[in-house]
Amino acid sequence: MTDVLQELGTHIELKRPDCVLKHEVAHGELNVEVALSSLVSFVEFLKADRTCKFSTLVDITAVDYPSREKRFDVVYHFLSMYTNQRIRVRVQVREQDMVPSITDVHPSANWFEREVFDMFGILFSGHPDLRRILTDYGFRGYPLRKDFPTTGYTEVRYDEKEKRVVYEPVSLTQEYRQFDFMSPWEGAEYILPGDEKTDGGKG
Amino acid sequence: MDGNFEDVLTGEQKIRNFNINFGPQHPAAHGVLRLVLELDGEIVERCDPHIGLLHRGTEKLMESRTYLQNLPYFDRLDYVAPMNQEHAWCLAIEKLTGVKVPRRASLIRVLYSEIGRILNHLLNVTTQAMDVGALTPPLWGFEEREKLMVFYERACGARLHAAYFRPGGVHQDLPPELLDDIDAWADEFPRVLDDIDGLLTENRIFKQRNADIGVVTEEDIQNWGFSGVMVRGSGLPWDLRRAQPYECYNEFEFDIPVGKNGDCYDRYLCRMQEMRESLKIIKQAIEKLRAPEGQGDILARGKITPPKRGEMKTSMEALIHHFKLYTEGFHVPAGEVYAAVEAPKGEFGVYLVADGTNKPYRAKLRAPGYLHLQAMDHVATGHQLADVAAIIGTMDVVFGEIDR
Repeated sequence: MTDVLQELGTHIELKRPDCVLKHEVAHGELNVEVALSSLVSFVEFLKADRTCKFSTLVDITAVDYPSREKRFDVVYHFLSMYTNQRIRVRVQVREQDMVPSITDVHPSANWFEREVFDMFGILFSGHPDLRRILTDYGFRGYPLRKDFPTTGYTEVRYDEKEKRVVYEPVSLTQEYRQFDFMSPWEGAEYILPGDEKTDGGKG
Repeated sequence: MDGNFEDVLTGEQKIRNFNINFGPQHPAAHGVLRLVLELDGEIVERCDPHIGLLHRGTEKLMESRTYLQNLPYFDRLDYVAPMNQEHAWCLAIEKLTGVKVPRRASLIRVLYSEIGRILNHLLNVTTQAMDVGALTPPLWGFEEREKLMVFYERACGARLHAAYFRPGGVHQDLPPELLDDIDAWADEFPRVLDDIDGLLTENRIFKQRNADIGVVTEEDIQNWGFSGVMVRGSGLPWDLRRAQPYECYNEFEFDIPVGKNGDCYDRYLCRMQEMRESLKIIKQAIEKLRAPEGQGDILARGKITPPKRGEMKTSMEALIHHFKLYTEGFHVPAGEVYAAVEAPKGEFGVYLVADGTNKPYRAKLRAPGYLHLQAMDHVATGHQLADVAAIIGTMDVVFGEIDR
């Protein structure tokens, strides 16, 4: 299985050396990293090429790495029902970058791109109808970014006096519970109590 | 009045398309779907689904919880067949940690996945029949669903939100009496299926409402990313259980029913036949569970699973392990995987990005219904308003998984 994927990866890289930045097989899955500018032509190639035939779009999503200069990974999953293979295509994107939409190649990308826009605020150029999809009408902010608090900013309740639903800033009776269960020997990235004076200051 | 015919023309031009809201409170909307339909007379010209009314931010919540705490969220996605979703999550974690599930646990998972499939298809087939005018099937179907949920309850203590599949196996072992009862039920169930069959399959109204409605071609399947029955109804024998076998599906014998025309009626027939195939798998699974090779532990004992109860009473290490597992949780090595299962509705997948800590860095849930509903505009355009209900019914949408 891994050999076949490795072969497929090499084939793709040979055919499209200008698009593919690198490819690897990990956990029995083929990952291909692609340059942002050549995304659409690469997806077209994956769909049309006879050894690839990745004609089904399985998923589009993004991952936020706030510390990176190119903040987002936009991740595409494709499936070929004909060759029974899967591929993952990854593109690194800056916060202000526009990602070319692949709706012309895969109409099913429409809602996925809307969702990525909704959740991460990544803009897709050439998308026919880039509206929010999952969040509330009139929602502000991009919830799946790492700097968006899990509790959100607004809360909704039905107001008996005004006889309508009102939006209010979130007020928490206790702070959102985010316990640190990490073992101090493995995960703690802070100075342990009592260790302040030792050199290095880390256990 | 004479000779002034100007407004005749304008009167003609005043006829415009009619926009209606279908749902979110419509009983045939299967939950909280809001469709904005543009109608030309009774013909649907445009269909714009508004989703997200049941959005709970599952993916965001998952980022601040440990892997084990995240498991119950999967029951709440497709709440019609909860364990199938948990399965995908467990498979993703097992793929990253490289844990091998013991054989008995694997068989139990298959058994309960198939029970989930029957749960789902029963609900879907019968409520779809209700959408097109038949009231009896749901009453009969829900009776059987009730029995199946009792099996859920007897395995894990909950009728719906099971949290039964765990990374590394299943939570608890099944008692032999439960296997006997499931076996006895599996003998009885074909009779009920035949009854529903007799009510619907040759029913004139049911056929008129479903045959040639919402036809899906092979091209549509590729373009719109369909999976599950939406594919098989059109004649493509695509089933992840067969094509990319996970768990121990490759040792089971079952057929993949396919349709011919790809319309709502064929999808109905597919679902009915799939229930019969699931029964076959259930029968085989029970047999394998009773065989001597099917005995043994139900959890891969190690870092990601709790120690045995008895061990905890005597061993300090086991006690510490238990405490750490349920507070800190287990760590998953950094990496990313995509694990998919053939859920009753289609391909349910989890894309998991782990960073080596006890919480997922990012988890994306890929719900089959999301893509099916997306194609609503494409499939329903040109149909009558009344067909919209039939199409939504056979697309098998459940908003728990679409809105997440």
